[in-house]
Amino acid sequence: MTNMNTEQWSPKIVAFFCNWCTYTASDLAGVSRLRYAPSTRVIRVMCSGRIDPEFIMEAFAKGADGVLIGGCHPGDCHYSEGNYKCLRRYDLLQRYIEQMGIDTRRLRLEWISAAEGKKLQEVVNEMTNTLKEIGPSKIKHVVETIEK
Amino acid sequence: MSNQKEEIRIGYYVCHCGHNIAGVIDVKSVAEYCAKLPNVVVAREYKYMCSDPGQELIQKDIKELNLNRVVVASCSPLLHESTFRGATSKAGLNQFYMQMVNIRENASWVHESKEEATEKAKDLSRAAIHRVAFNKALEKKKVPVNPTALVVGGGIAGIAAAMSLANAGKKVYLVEKDPTIGGYMAKFDKTFPTLDCAACILTPKMSSVLKHPNITLLSYSEVSEVEGYVGNYKIKVTRKPRYVKEELCVGCYDCITACTFKEGKFPDEFNFGLSKRKPVYIPFPQATPLVAVIDEKTCIHFKTGKCPQTCAKACERNAIDFTQKPEVVELNVGVVILTTGFQPFDAKKASNYGYGKYPNVFTSLEVERLVNASGPTEGHVVLRDGVTHPKSIGIIHCVGSRDEKTNKWCSRVCCMYSLKLAHLLKEHSGAEIYNFYIDMRTPGKGYEEFYDKLLNEGVQFIRGRVAEVNDWATTPEEKGKLLIRAEDTMIGMVRRIPVDMVVLAVGLEPGKDAQEIRKMFNISCSNEGFFLERHPKLAPVDTFTEGVFIAGACQGPKDIPDSVAQAGAAAAQALALIDTGHVELEPNTAFITEERCCGCQVCVAMCPYTAISFDPVKKASSINEALCKGCGTCVAACGSNAITQNLFTDVEIMSEIDGILIN
Repeated sequence: MTNMNTEQWSPKIVAFFCNWCTYTASDLAGVSRLRYAPSTRVIRVMCSGRIDPEFIMEAFAKGADGVLIGGCHPGDCHYSEGNYKCLRRYDLLQRYIEQMGIDTRRLRLEWISAAEGKKLQEVVNEMTNTLKEIGPSKIKHVVETIEK
Repeated sequence: MSNQKEEIRIGYYVCHCGHNIAGVIDVKSVAEYCAKLPNVVVAREYKYMCSDPGQELIQKDIKELNLNRVVVASCSPLLHESTFRGATSKAGLNQFYMQMVNIRENASWVHESKEEATEKAKDLSRAAIHRVAFNKALEKKKVPVNPTALVVGGGIAGIAAAMSLANAGKKVYLVEKDPTIGGYMAKFDKTFPTLDCAACILTPKMSSVLKHPNITLLSYSEVSEVEGYVGNYKIKVTRKPRYVKEELCVGCYDCITACTFKEGKFPDEFNFGLSKRKPVYIPFPQATPLVAVIDEKTCIHFKTGKCPQTCAKACERNAIDFTQKPEVVELNVGVVILTTGFQPFDAKKASNYGYGKYPNVFTSLEVERLVNASGPTEGHVVLRDGVTHPKSIGIIHCVGSRDEKTNKWCSRVCCMYSLKLAHLLKEHSGAEIYNFYIDMRTPGKGYEEFYDKLLNEGVQFIRGRVAEVNDWATTPEEKGKLLIRAEDTMIGMVRRIPVDMVVLAVGLEPGKDAQEIRKMFNISCSNEGFFLERHPKLAPVDTFTEGVFIAGACQGPKDIPDSVAQAGAAAAQALALIDTGHVELEPNTAFITEERCCGCQVCVAMCPYTAISFDPVKKASSINEALCKGCGTCVAACGSNAITQNLFTDVEIMSEIDGILIN
């Protein structure tokens, strides 16, 4: 399916969505039959604050072309402030992956509320298009080479 | 379970959901693919996994094939996770050995390409199959439910919900932000389609609320803080100062008569400013509780401190107390019903209709008061000057509804209330009535019949959206009149109709404090700002926060019968929770493995619930399970991998990531 040399290539995005806002938004997008690129593979967590930077690095190391984090808007976190913790980690991680030579556009954080099925659709489509421009990730290959 | 090296035996089940999934995803190939994955003993597809035969299929396999893990690929776990957990545990397997894969909301409903959707379903299924091997057997924790309820908002929905709960023998706190309960319904004259008088059916209910031994009414109060969780909420309610002692006041009006202001001077909120009130007032004669209130914004005493305080002197019971301060009351409740209602669309925003510019343009709510026998004009329909009787009236539908520029939604009640007002205006004034409508929407018992009745009463109906209301007279007869310009789509012409009075049928909007309330109670709003229900069809009064229910127009535009019905539904849900006596909490709490903890205390600062404490003797932190709400923020912060979140352990999530990416 994923032929890297043709226009048909579709990136694979590992998406971590919080249970209360963004996962619900993705359900809403489904119920509303909003069409979007079939690039995301969603992993549900209770809060974006649960997302360990290791998860993101693991996803890149195992071949994800992008990682999308979805959480509640600032002030709306079901657990008061988990999304702020997530934001801090995200900011640091952005710097970290840049130093590692990973295009920072491969990691994206978006606040998507339970009502924003439309935003989810837009974000996924936008990120998919960006990743199509950047092309497939070589991180997995690099990691494997180093390990050898 | 006891043996760490237990053989993992997975049963994989993919659901067709009729055509919902199978129409896009090649379920057969997904099942065939998953059958070959490690640890999978059996992989099946079935038309409706959630049906009884579907669940029995899983249970039979668990018993006969000795399965110890189950993966169900179907709809969202938010919809059917409990169904499949139940099926799993009925077969004797711990319910948390079941993992769901969402291939409907997250795949078949949102993707067109069958190949790509199928590929995605395989990826997601593989991830769950990898993960489920690491799932742990857990038990849900039972916590008792406080049998007391809180109802927020004392409109008809709140009154109905509170009465249902109280009649069932439950203690209820009813919190109302205004000085009286009754909401918008108390302001209406007659109600459609039966034309029974709103006050006659509502006010007895209002006094029942006040008299009910199980209801504590907190009027002129607002919820200011919410803590806790389902079954055990701690709510802080701020009681605004009335400057009149509620327990002493008997509503005799002596203070109002004695007020320094001999006449009312300030716009009366209850009559939408059509009449004037004094700084000390009772909103309306049947106000509940019947207690006066002093408005500190207009009272001379609060403004200058130089008032002779004639009101206080006139009160024989010494009920007036200028020193009152806001008072915070703490309530412990198990369930919450939000019935906070709506706000009417601000007609000034539809500037082409001239509200606020031309005095004789009224909103429908103002007209409700005008036609009301207990209203400011005692039911006489007069223009803004207070004397002239209109001879022709135009009612404009869909003001702030079904409009790209303002609100896109249909407010559901305006067609019917416009018909009602047309009937009442004709009855009270004998004027010629014109209804300008886009579509006549009258679904409901007896509603279409009411429309038919109006058609035979000689009321004019013009199908078309009104472009503009102005006073640009072109003939002497038009002078002093308002001109309604609209396209009559029935005859395909633009018409100009001169009238004396224009009534704007304003739509319903989310309440102005809806966002604040939403945040306090941790619930969601749909796009337009009304409170979001857990499921539009199957859980219409539940929210995503357990123990918090919604009813009435705070959930979306609704008429009285629907609001009352929904209030009943919310009360029933609340009762079910109370009478069960306990709730089962998701066991997604975190715990610290002491031997691994290095005592850095990073986690302690992370926790918004102060559930983590450090023991200086043991040099390790520990989590108080009762306080932990299971967000997992501390887990991600722990540098020693000493914290584990049940249901979302590192290894579970890592295996899910690997499962997605490793073919």
